[in-house]
Amino acid sequence: MTEVTLSNVVKYYGKHRAVHGINLAINDGEFVVLVGPSGCGKSTTLRMIAGLEDISDGEVTIAGRVVNDLPPRERNISMVFQNYALYPHMTVRENLGFSLVIAKADEAAIAKAVDEAAEILGLNELMDRKPAELSGGQRQRVAMGRAIVRHPDVFLFDEPLSNLDAKLRTQMRVEIKKLHQRVGNTIIYVTHDQVEAMTLADRIVLMQDGHIVQVGTPLELFNKPNNTFVATFIGSPPMNLVDGKVVGAETIELYGGLSVPVPAAARGLISDGQHVKFGFRADNLMPVGHSVQEEGEKADLELKVTLTEPLGTETVLFTEIAGNEVQAKMLNPRPVRPGEVLKFQLMLDKCHVFDAASAEAIRG
Amino acid sequence: MTRRRLPEWFVLLLPAFIVIAAVVLIPLIFSLYSSFTPYKLTRPSTLWKWVGTFNYEKILSDAKFWSAFGRTVLFLTIVLNLELLLGLGIALMMNKVTWGQRTLRTILMFPMMFSPILVGFQFKFIFNDNIGLVNNVLQSLGSDAALPWLVDGKLAMFSIIFAEIWMSTSVFAILILAGLFAMPRDPLEAAKVDGCTAWQTFRHITLPFLMPFIYIAMTIRSLDVARAYDIVQIMTGGGPARRTELLWTLMSRTGYVDARMGLANAMGYVSIILSILFTVYFFRKLSAARGQIGMAG
Ligand SMILES: Nc1ncnc2c1ncn2[C@@H]1O[C@H](COP(=O)(O)OP(=O)(O)OP(=O)(O)O)[C@@H](O)[C@H]1O
Ligand SMILES: [Mg+2]
Repeated sequence: MTEVTLSNVVKYYGKHRAVHGINLAINDGEFVVLVGPSGCGKSTTLRMIAGLEDISDGEVTIAGRVVNDLPPRERNISMVFQNYALYPHMTVRENLGFSLVIAKADEAAIAKAVDEAAEILGLNELMDRKPAELSGGQRQRVAMGRAIVRHPDVFLFDEPLSNLDAKLRTQMRVEIKKLHQRVGNTIIYVTHDQVEAMTLADRIVLMQDGHIVQVGTPLELFNKPNNTFVATFIGSPPMNLVDGKVVGAETIELYGGLSVPVPAAARGLISDGQHVKFGFRADNLMPVGHSVQEEGEKADLELKVTLTEPLGTETVLFTEIAGNEVQAKMLNPRPVRPGEVLKFQLMLDKCHVFDAASAEAIRG
Repeated sequence: MTRRRLPEWFVLLLPAFIVIAAVVLIPLIFSLYSSFTPYKLTRPSTLWKWVGTFNYEKILSDAKFWSAFGRTVLFLTIVLNLELLLGLGIALMMNKVTWGQRTLRTILMFPMMFSPILVGFQFKFIFNDNIGLVNNVLQSLGSDAALPWLVDGKLAMFSIIFAEIWMSTSVFAILILAGLFAMPRDPLEAAKVDGCTAWQTFRHITLPFLMPFIYIAMTIRSLDVARAYDIVQIMTGGGPARRTELLWTLMSRTGYVDARMGLANAMGYVSIILSILFTVYFFRKLSAARGQIGMAG
């Protein structure tokens, strides 16, 4: 059983506080993705778990053991680095087997483990090449192979796909997910790409400026964002936010004159005159006749399209509500000219209300 | 009426050809030729007497030559290895220093800035048996023996080696330090995660990466040391009684003191072979090591 826990973990670089006392409990076999914008402390957190960075304060445990003062080699972890970090002077075979050689495993066992990893990752053809003779994707696979050869308790990935082109990235994403299903180890995975986070994670840990903002399954973060940062970070295109003010108990007046009813989830939790941000996703604002037919409260809007982004199965329409740029989606798309005015339906049940001052979600 | 003209490239290169011929080619041919004559500086007419390989045969059966040859090889081996070890140590320590590293690097270069002659004089003074620094220190520490640093064969050899190392260890240190600066950090971290102790990381990751830099330093220094002349000449002059005689002091003695230039030139050609062998050896190692870490194609 390999749980990983972080309690009040803090990291100082000199006087600069990069991680502000985070708490996290990761279950055995769980695939957890740390995601957040650049510089938010994801790598730092991962490196503290790996033992490559001192822990300034707090406690990290792996499999029930406090590891704060253990060197990486005593933590039984594997790490895949962003730049692969292969040993340039060793062949693929030697790279894969290196950790076992260091652990003084016997030759037959090393050969077996290496062949197994090579099999899983399709490296058989490349075993006698040096890293310099491999493509980016192949190096990436070697780096992953090196990690799985040791059968570690925990896999740590630091943006392993960010140096690959888009197509290969999608492909490797699937490979990683398959790998997890196959070996079933605990995985902690760092990325700044929310698509990777959504597709891979059992649970997403969203970080910002050295704090954890929200922890939850991909769908929890998508459907119930705690604040506007989560709402705009998770999901593509990002959630539309429109400034407004509560009038009475039932209506939100968006600046610019448009009024919408308060969504059911927020009813009773807001007060007259409160400044809010009204949020909804492009998927919930669709032109009439080009939407999914769903039950629920709807509001009708007439909006002028300013720009279109056809994607094939759907087209993203750019429009404006109360002076804010807003994106909508059109299913079964037909060509739309900029300037055209369309009738839209807003799915009120799927809308979010955030307090304008604190940016926190208002939800029952 | 067309006059044949020399091709342009040839005309342009002609001055270079002439200069090279004058300063390299002609002396080379002349010295090679004279090594087949009993040429003595005091009797110029001997230059025209061809004796075939007589000089070479004489050298090959000359115990003095062979002892100088052996001593040179020994000197090379000791100096290169010690410089490598010390240089590696210094570079590794400097790499850890986070404050004032630039200043330290500059200080490290100081010994290289002195002329070998000055270094020779400096150590001649330091190791002098009467007024030298070392003996003074030893005496003030209570030892009453005045060690004959530059007179006893072994001690004199030690003193010369010490001076040579003092002067040139920084070549190794600086080249290896350059290697350490160029070293990617990721593989070191990967090694830590893969279970390496600090020593294993050094042995399996850092050292292979540094090998090309070490061989470059070796190549440069093997050429230097095989030519070692100035320091030895100043400190002991190859003496006393030839106990610190290296190839180059022997040669200059044969050529300029005994005036037997033909013989000296023959010695020169034999010892050049030694230099070439060392250089080729390290160069091969260098290529192999570069291939190892994927620097060469
Ligand atoms: N070695 C270091 N010394 C000083 N500050 C550092 C060091 N490493 C990181 N930082 C700082 O700590 C903060 C967090 O860095 P970290 O590398 O964890 O970010 P990240 O979330 O991984 O970002 P990215 O997505 O760009 O990799 C940043 O503000 C960074 O400038
Ligand atoms: Mg990072």
